[in-house]
Amino acid sequence: MSFDNAYEAVSEANDEARWAFGTGFEDPLSGVDTSLPSGVDGDDLAAYCLMLGDDALIMSHRLQQWCTRAPELEDEVALANIGLDLLGQARLLLTRAAKAEGSGRSEDSLASFRDEHEFRNVRLAELSTHDTADFAGVIAQLLVFSTWRLALLQRLTDSRDPVLAAIAAKGVKEVTYHRDYAAQWTVRLGDGTDYSHQRMQSALDDLWPYVGELFESHSVVERLPDIAVEPSELRVEFDDVLTQVCSAATLTVPDAPARAGVSGRTGRDGVHTEAMGYLLSEMQSVARAHPEATW
Amino acid sequence: MVTLAIARSVAATVTDPELPMLTLADLGVLREVSESDGTVVVTITPTYTGCPAMDTMRDDLVHTLQDAGYDDVEVRTVLHPPWSSDWITAEGKRKLAEAGISPPGAAPRNDGPIPLTLGAPMHVVRCPRCGAAETEELSRFSATACKSLRRCRVCAEPFEHVKEI
Ligand SMILES: [Zn+2]
Repeated sequence: MSFDNAYEAVSEANDEARWAFGTGFEDPLSGVDTSLPSGVDGDDLAAYCLMLGDDALIMSHRLQQWCTRAPELEDEVALANIGLDLLGQARLLLTRAAKAEGSGRSEDSLASFRDEHEFRNVRLAELSTHDTADFAGVIAQLLVFSTWRLALLQRLTDSRDPVLAAIAAKGVKEVTYHRDYAAQWTVRLGDGTDYSHQRMQSALDDLWPYVGELFESHSVVERLPDIAVEPSELRVEFDDVLTQVCSAATLTVPDAPARAGVSGRTGRDGVHTEAMGYLLSEMQSVARAHPEATW
Repeated sequence: MVTLAIARSVAATVTDPELPMLTLADLGVLREVSESDGTVVVTITPTYTGCPAMDTMRDDLVHTLQDAGYDDVEVRTVLHPPWSSDWITAEGKRKLAEAGISPPGAAPRNDGPIPLTLGAPMHVVRCPRCGAAETEELSRFSATACKSLRRCRVCAEPFEHVKEI
């Protein structure tokens, strides 16, 4: 068998021996009742699922970029595993979003064929640390991200949308491990040598301007009172955990002001940092170069 | 007419692609086998949301049941309640240990905020080779999402441990 390009060789959708998996999965919600809860606007629910799904998708991609760059094999494997968990959460949430909006889009088209301004992730998730191999940077990012996401998912298990509640309940178990991993490394680096302490502290200081955005409300959330989680409710638990970790790590919880968006618009409104365009051009490159391929 | 008891026992023989010493039933992933208008409906639940083996499990279930003479097979996913390592059967735990993988202890249960674990896990994990209790965690993550990597301080062998979730 001969092919014109490498992707065609793996594009046989029904080839049981296929060795690469990127698109063309079966619907991860197959058999799950995805009808809308009563009184809920499908577009609002879709917008909310996109926010949480994009957070997971973009953070997952950032972790995947650490493959071959981690300081130890164990951490290479850990970051890849955490990235895979988040990718799984993203698949379920994007699929839920696609079904709720009812436009015929899929998890694949949402991940690979939306442009930067259509992504709804918080800017914290898109910050780049792999290009400078800043391991303290990815640990700080993961500590903040997973502490916030765990608090969010735990509350989301009470959502009136049974699909979101079920996705959240699975996510809670996974993100508990992610937070512990990041917290343990924060302590190891913070309470390590003078140099590792200083690197860990500057990593936290550098991303702190993007922390405020995690707790800002949004009109979509306000329209989904018993479905979505109000972000400001998460701040106390978040501060509590960060204080606990930083104190064990002999670090100072930063107090930098939040980085403003553009006219008050931030990641949740599709306004991103400069890093986002580079991330998407890499993440979407294969799907866009071979839009018909299943690989 | 589908003979449900037989269909169930056929589905129960399908093994997990990543832990082939276990059947999906041993692992607690196989939730239900029922019948709807002549179609065998198999319900499974993912261990982890990112588990890339779900598609393979679906294919294996369909093929195994078709080979046993059930032409119409449908595999459904259920997310709730979320899979717990407590669902691995006693037989499943025995098979894991026999294969050199230490089985999970009891999964944690939380009502309020989930406590942070800054130190090593408190429970004792015994070495599946020599039985020693003196083992240490090398990494909470390993070749698959469901296992951590440990080492025995007595026989010095590394081993995998199915995590408690
Ligand atoms: Zn031993």
